[in-house]
Amino acid sequence: MTATAEAPRAAARRPEGTRRRALAGYLFVAPFMIVFAAMFAVPLIYAAYFSLFREQLVGGNVFVGLDNYARAFTDPAVWEGLGRVGAFFLLQVPAMLVVALALALALDTGLTRLSRFARLGVFVPYAVPGVIATLMWGFMYGPQFGPFAQLAEKIGVGVPDFLGADLMLGSLANIVFWEFTGYNMVILYAALRAVPGELYEAAAVDGAGQWRTAWSIKIPALRSALVVCMVFSIIGSFQLFNEPNLMQPLAPTVIDSSYTPNLYAYHLAFTGQEYNYAAAVSFVLGLIILVGSYAFMLATNRRSRS
Amino acid sequence: MNPRFRRRTGLAAALASPLAFSACARERAQHQSHYSQAEIDEAMRTPTEIDFWTWVPGIEKEVALFEEAYPAVKVDIVNAGQGAAHYTKLRTALRARNGAPDVAQLEYQMIPSFAITEDLLDLRPFGAADLADAYVEFAWSQVTGTDGQIWAIPQDTGPMGMLYRDDIFEAHGIGVPATWDEFADAAGRLREADPEVYLTNLAPGQGAFFAAMLWQAGADPFAGTSGGDLRVDLAGEAATRVARYWGDLAEQGLVSVDADFNDQWYQALNKGKYATWIAPAWAPTFLESAAASTSGKWRCAPLPQWDAGSEPVSSNWGGSTSAVMSTTANPVAAAVFAQFINSDRESTETMAFEQFLYPPAKAVLEDPAFAGQELEFYGGQQVNGLFAEIGATVAPDFQWAPFQDQVYADFTETVGTAFTERTDAVAAMEAWQAAVEEYAEYQGFTVNRS
Repeated sequence: MTATAEAPRAAARRPEGTRRRALAGYLFVAPFMIVFAAMFAVPLIYAAYFSLFREQLVGGNVFVGLDNYARAFTDPAVWEGLGRVGAFFLLQVPAMLVVALALALALDTGLTRLSRFARLGVFVPYAVPGVIATLMWGFMYGPQFGPFAQLAEKIGVGVPDFLGADLMLGSLANIVFWEFTGYNMVILYAALRAVPGELYEAAAVDGAGQWRTAWSIKIPALRSALVVCMVFSIIGSFQLFNEPNLMQPLAPTVIDSSYTPNLYAYHLAFTGQEYNYAAAVSFVLGLIILVGSYAFMLATNRRSRS
Repeated sequence: MNPRFRRRTGLAAALASPLAFSACARERAQHQSHYSQAEIDEAMRTPTEIDFWTWVPGIEKEVALFEEAYPAVKVDIVNAGQGAAHYTKLRTALRARNGAPDVAQLEYQMIPSFAITEDLLDLRPFGAADLADAYVEFAWSQVTGTDGQIWAIPQDTGPMGMLYRDDIFEAHGIGVPATWDEFADAAGRLREADPEVYLTNLAPGQGAFFAAMLWQAGADPFAGTSGGDLRVDLAGEAATRVARYWGDLAEQGLVSVDADFNDQWYQALNKGKYATWIAPAWAPTFLESAAASTSGKWRCAPLPQWDAGSEPVSSNWGGSTSAVMSTTANPVAAAVFAQFINSDRESTETMAFEQFLYPPAKAVLEDPAFAGQELEFYGGQQVNGLFAEIGATVAPDFQWAPFQDQVYADFTETVGTAFTERTDAVAAMEAWQAAVEEYAEYQGFTVNRS
């Protein structure tokens, strides 16, 4: 009697438990999903929808389909901006990643004295808010009263015009280099710590020195971490905004309103009141970043397989 | 119902809804065209709360005076940033139809930009026209719309004069230039005498300064603009004259072309890189704190003139107004507030003496306690009195574009860039004109060149 009564009860309990467990799962994910939907998905969808209209100061709002996108793809300001951030990427990212890699390898040898201090020192610029970093560098670049200019004057040599049209991109690249080298170093260093010790032992048994170990074991082991750093850098470079925006008051004729695509979108929306077109430009930029990052990952994947 | 049909109508409705949104956006709360004194009194006795966005520090004092006079109305002051930051937030709030203030500070040049989007409330129904005679003529004409609307009440102004370093002028035997020819001549002589010093700095990103120069020369590039009809002429005779003059000075390296209102510029003012600052009436107080180390060395003079013989002409740079947003739910309280703080005797005096705002109100300008104030920073000169005299010579007519912030941005990219790169500024005026035309057409304006 009792046994037969027990069995169906147990059977009934199980799906209820799964359901409860599933519910708990949703509850745990909910805080993220709600914020994600409200702050990311919904605004994104709204912006996409918004980019299909054109609201004029005179004449009101009309549905224009993909006109804004057609305009964006033929707008020289968009392409000049993309060319500029592309140049910025080539100028800044390789140097930053090579230095970050060298620093990570140096720290990992454990030879560096005060390695904790060095690690912290390199990382600290990343902890400084980008706004502060840019203001600080902006002050240092000052063509007449900045410290570099003052120093050059003392020595009696000419000072390069860091804020001029020719050097501005390099000056911006330097700020970003200063801010993010430590960040990339920490990613690479963490990946190095995860390399199994047996590999090093085997290398030592084979008679490999520090250089050989770095070249044949550490760098190949860093491959996926480097890919991550690279993808972050592609995104960061193409979305360049804070640094040029803050440097604009120092050189308003050098950093114009379409200096980078993000700056252009901001200007379109908040100076020109072309909100719809600004949304379209943002989507075009997003698309290009997506394609660029994906192409990079595809290329590296294929190479690692072959 | 056919599901396919339903899906289509749903899609159409979804696509049409921003149109619907914007239809409501344009449809402001309907306000009466006239309020009797009894209605105004009634509203001012009703407990009300209004929001006031301003970046004037210490405005609490004037607000307290208002709340004393109208105890039923409570004013909440919000500082949403200065200039561009303030306008960005204001526009966003107005577009969102949520969170916009009842009253906001607006600079004169921004009035048409907010009028075109129907965001301002005409203050005529609230008796604002009675205040016309209380203010200097040019200030009142700046708040007046093309169809006679009163879009705002003047708060402060900036008639243009010239601040100069008496010590530098004296050291090199340079007299105070009364005309622009003399000014250019002095610029050359000063360069020869001291290569470290420029007679003045021409800030390439400062469209407001250049607009003041155009204004003084009699160019009125947007005159005749009304509603969706935009008239723009940046390449006319007077405008070309101004561009050629400053372009030549920049090209010959007789003036510096540093960006202004940043750290380098403040240091340059302190270290005596610029012998003059062509600047408005709010500049003397500003300079006292920005270049504190140079106290006693500066003096003020009227703006140099184009024609030595004729009556002096000046223009205006900056200054603000108080405007009532058309979205307000409390039009009476908001309108009375905007009028009170800018016309009540005690309130306007507090603005002039404590916030150091240069007054548009005749009563304050004529007050000997104001005009006769001797400023130590300027060697004891009666600076306010001098600017009051200059204010009387400001040409009353100068119209702003209905998208002035875009016009300034285009200026920097064309004419400002020509100044920096020492290229042809007159040709750049054509480029500026073209950029403005292109933008205006895109925004649906009908563009006329003359």
